[in-house]
Amino acid sequence: MIYGAILAGGVGARMGGDKPKQYLSIKDKPIIVYTIEKFFVEKEFDEVIVLCPSMWVEKTKDLIEKFIPDAIEKVVVIEGGEKRNDTIMNAIQYIEQQGKLDDNTVLVTHDSVRPFVSHRIIKDNIEALKQYDACDTVISATDTIVVSEDGTIISEIPERKKMYQGQTPQSFKAKKFKELYMSLTEEEKDILTDGAKIFVIKGEKVALVNGDTLNMKITYPYDLRVARSLVEEEDA
Amino acid sequence: MLNTVYRLVEPRRFEVAVEDINIFGENAIVRPTHLSICNADMRYYLGTRDKKVLAKKLPMALIHEGIGEVAFDPTGTFKSGELVVMVPNVPVEEDDYIAENYLRSSKFCASSQDGFLQELVEISPKRLVKLPDDINRETAAFTEIVSVSVHAISRFDKIAHARRDVIGVWGDGNLGYITSLFLKYEYPDSKIVVFGQIPEKLSDFTFVDETYLTDEIPDGFTMDHAFECVGGNGSPVAIEQIIDLIKPESTIAIMGVSEYPVPVNTRMILEKGIRMFGTSRSGVKDFEKTVAMYRDHPEIIDYLGNIVESVNEVSTITDIKNAFETDAHKSFGKVIMRWNI
Repeated sequence: MIYGAILAGGVGARMGGDKPKQYLSIKDKPIIVYTIEKFFVEKEFDEVIVLCPSMWVEKTKDLIEKFIPDAIEKVVVIEGGEKRNDTIMNAIQYIEQQGKLDDNTVLVTHDSVRPFVSHRIIKDNIEALKQYDACDTVISATDTIVVSEDGTIISEIPERKKMYQGQTPQSFKAKKFKELYMSLTEEEKDILTDGAKIFVIKGEKVALVNGDTLNMKITYPYDLRVARSLVEEEDA
Repeated sequence: MLNTVYRLVEPRRFEVAVEDINIFGENAIVRPTHLSICNADMRYYLGTRDKKVLAKKLPMALIHEGIGEVAFDPTGTFKSGELVVMVPNVPVEEDDYIAENYLRSSKFCASSQDGFLQELVEISPKRLVKLPDDINRETAAFTEIVSVSVHAISRFDKIAHARRDVIGVWGDGNLGYITSLFLKYEYPDSKIVVFGQIPEKLSDFTFVDETYLTDEIPDGFTMDHAFECVGGNGSPVAIEQIIDLIKPESTIAIMGVSEYPVPVNTRMILEKGIRMFGTSRSGVKDFEKTVAMYRDHPEIIDYLGNIVESVNEVSTITDIKNAFETDAHKSFGKVIMRWNI
């Protein structure tokens, strides 16, 4: 089975204000609703799991009821974890509780603040999982990437054509993810904030899927302005 | 839901726009899978339309020939994943005498509103016709232009007198190919004769009875009726030739689009009592008839497949531009976009 997992666990410290950024609105509709809509219309998904902070679970259900009532049957809202990988593990635990976790269970995880994700990107993620146990959506780096070990002096400037910027979705064979995650020490779990990185450090292959510059992450107030202008210029 | 629209903003330049579409309204949401470029799209893309027309219509998403899979249909008319052809004509009223494609109030995709060059198309389920699941999608992509021929033949059937021993078709392009093919199926006992200018193109019309170069027509040739599928600068000469050769009380269907007024020999139209009728675009009924023909005569799809000139994978705006450039440099056939956005 193929599951979508929309990760809305963050509390939005970088955006300013009290409300998590995924609940801010573009054209009177919260960002997270746009993202859920994108996943809802993908017929490949058997179910879409939305993971959010505990105090936002009921609120998120209300938003789905209000904006996409027909999605109720296909979309479930549960509590996310403290860190990103904990949140993914909560999704896997939910699947396991349903008795649906097996070697072929696919989990397509996506940031709730990337509402511009396209069908092609989601489809390519699912396609990649037919050959690999994990994949990561990326775009070629346009800026030069600089590495600094101490934050003061440049230690390396890698060749740009080998550099990519990670987006989401990141997709995994859910059972494999669980196995690898459970094999980590507590210290490793603290360091590994990215799902794909767990596969990489454990020597597993992670395939690249072409992303899109439009698949932007709404992180800062500036991003929100860009996103709003992209959608709202129609009415201008 | 957020939907990405790829609009032509000026000749040879596309830009991305994002729209919020309603997935719980009265319309279905279709995900295009195969789109086909038409000459009308190319006139916008290359900027050969009148400047005032371009200024009024752009920015606009091009493409009115396309098929797709239903992503979601809140009306329950179609199931998710069903393969459909999209009807670009959008009537806003009904009339007992005037067909939907001739009502001046009707909208048309990629002419008076955005066309199918979009991630998702929000479209009334009444504007969708189900296709067989196993159909060749690259060929089915240009069902719209096929339905235009089917429509013209249906109109001809009502207008023309019943003696149809010989029917002439002027034009060796896509429209001439499709029209003569469907004429042969509609009137298997009639002799279908195609007139063109390029021997190599005419040699592809293997299903018709005879083909001639327009400057090598045998003396004494005549016909009961004719279809003009030339358009453009070739229209005046083609229509003149048809009027000269055709029998009295015949019917001529004019199908070729011309940007400029075309002089016509009205004296001979009067003397011969010729009926000349125009035909343009098509409606849902024509699409349904076309798809029924596909089902009844599956070999039609094979014949139509012969005019697929190139199939282009499209997943970026650069790919879109490359597909249109391919069309600009082709001599014959249809350019198809495998839409992977």
